[in-house]
Amino acid sequence: MYKNFEELSPIAIDCLQEIGNIGSGNAASSLSAMLSKPVTMHVPKINVLDYQGIIDKVGGPEKIMTAILVTFKGDIKGMMMFLLENAFAQIVVNTFMGKDHIDVIKMDETDSSAVKEMGNIMAGAYLSALGAMAEFTIEMDPPSMTVDMMGALMSAPMATLDEVGEKVLFIDEGFKIDFVNIESNIILIPEMESLDTLMKKLGVN
Amino acid sequence: MNITIGIGDLKVCKSPDVLVTYALGSCVGVCLLDATVGVGGLSHVMLPESNPSSAAATPMRFADTALPMLISQMERMGASRSHLTAKIAGGATMFAAASDKFNIGERNLEAVRRFLQSNRIPILAEDVGLDYGRTQFFYPETGIMEIRAAAKGNKQF
Repeated sequence: MYKNFEELSPIAIDCLQEIGNIGSGNAASSLSAMLSKPVTMHVPKINVLDYQGIIDKVGGPEKIMTAILVTFKGDIKGMMMFLLENAFAQIVVNTFMGKDHIDVIKMDETDSSAVKEMGNIMAGAYLSALGAMAEFTIEMDPPSMTVDMMGALMSAPMATLDEVGEKVLFIDEGFKIDFVNIESNIILIPEMESLDTLMKKLGVN
Repeated sequence: MNITIGIGDLKVCKSPDVLVTYALGSCVGVCLLDATVGVGGLSHVMLPESNPSSAAATPMRFADTALPMLISQMERMGASRSHLTAKIAGGATMFAAASDKFNIGERNLEAVRRFLQSNRIPILAEDVGLDYGRTQFFYPETGIMEIRAAAKGNKQF
């Protein structure tokens, strides 16, 4: 059985990369349908990184990001965090509420629930791609959203450090809504047993 | 000079140097001071308790192993245990709908308080709990702890 994500072979990483491609594609089409706007994805890149590396890559500990945290169970168990640049919240609130400029850290309840809903749909699209590819049933728990400093957001996935080790799967992606570039990242932490099940199912050893 | 303490790390300094740790979420920043000699220390506690293997590999992450290290480093710089006072911040719950695992903020706070109490180190101020991230500055020169939060601005303790 895998002890940590560093043990994944290049082929296994390629496999996860492919799941990432399909997941991102799904998420983009869901988003495009909801916003009625063209959405194009950049090709996602998957890495195995430690938390300090993730924080540095995203823009430092005090960078404000929108994070959607989902835990999931079923055939595979684990946690996923969807990180979005503030431009995402701006576009969603502009589209649904007609507001031009908002302070993302001080969003009101209505604005924040619109952003959360879009984030949930994207996270769901991503996980269902994973489920479909491996023919797994994955059940999402109710997601929660927080807008805050990157370092503080990381403390939730970091609580799994004892179980899965220092490094986690980090997917660097990005998309374009109506010609606006939005950086986004996914931190994927399946439990080690689930990672095993997934890799076996995909025929990777 | 500003001395930065990373996640699960600890550092000590002499006045007028300043200790800073960025974006505490469920982690707890523990500032200790011996005001008589101007020696301060800051520990960025990630998790409440170590196990034997993690205690050996990464003792600075855990309340039960990091805080004794912080005190002995301060003693080496001339501080005495009996003069120490504490100010703490962090221990937030960053996500609302979360399983037990994420109650880590409260468990960190409990572990820190338990340690300080059993070592008779009084907590002079705290800015803890709730649901937001905090950057913590500690000035051993004045004993002031300053907290910067994204939506709330700066506050001094």
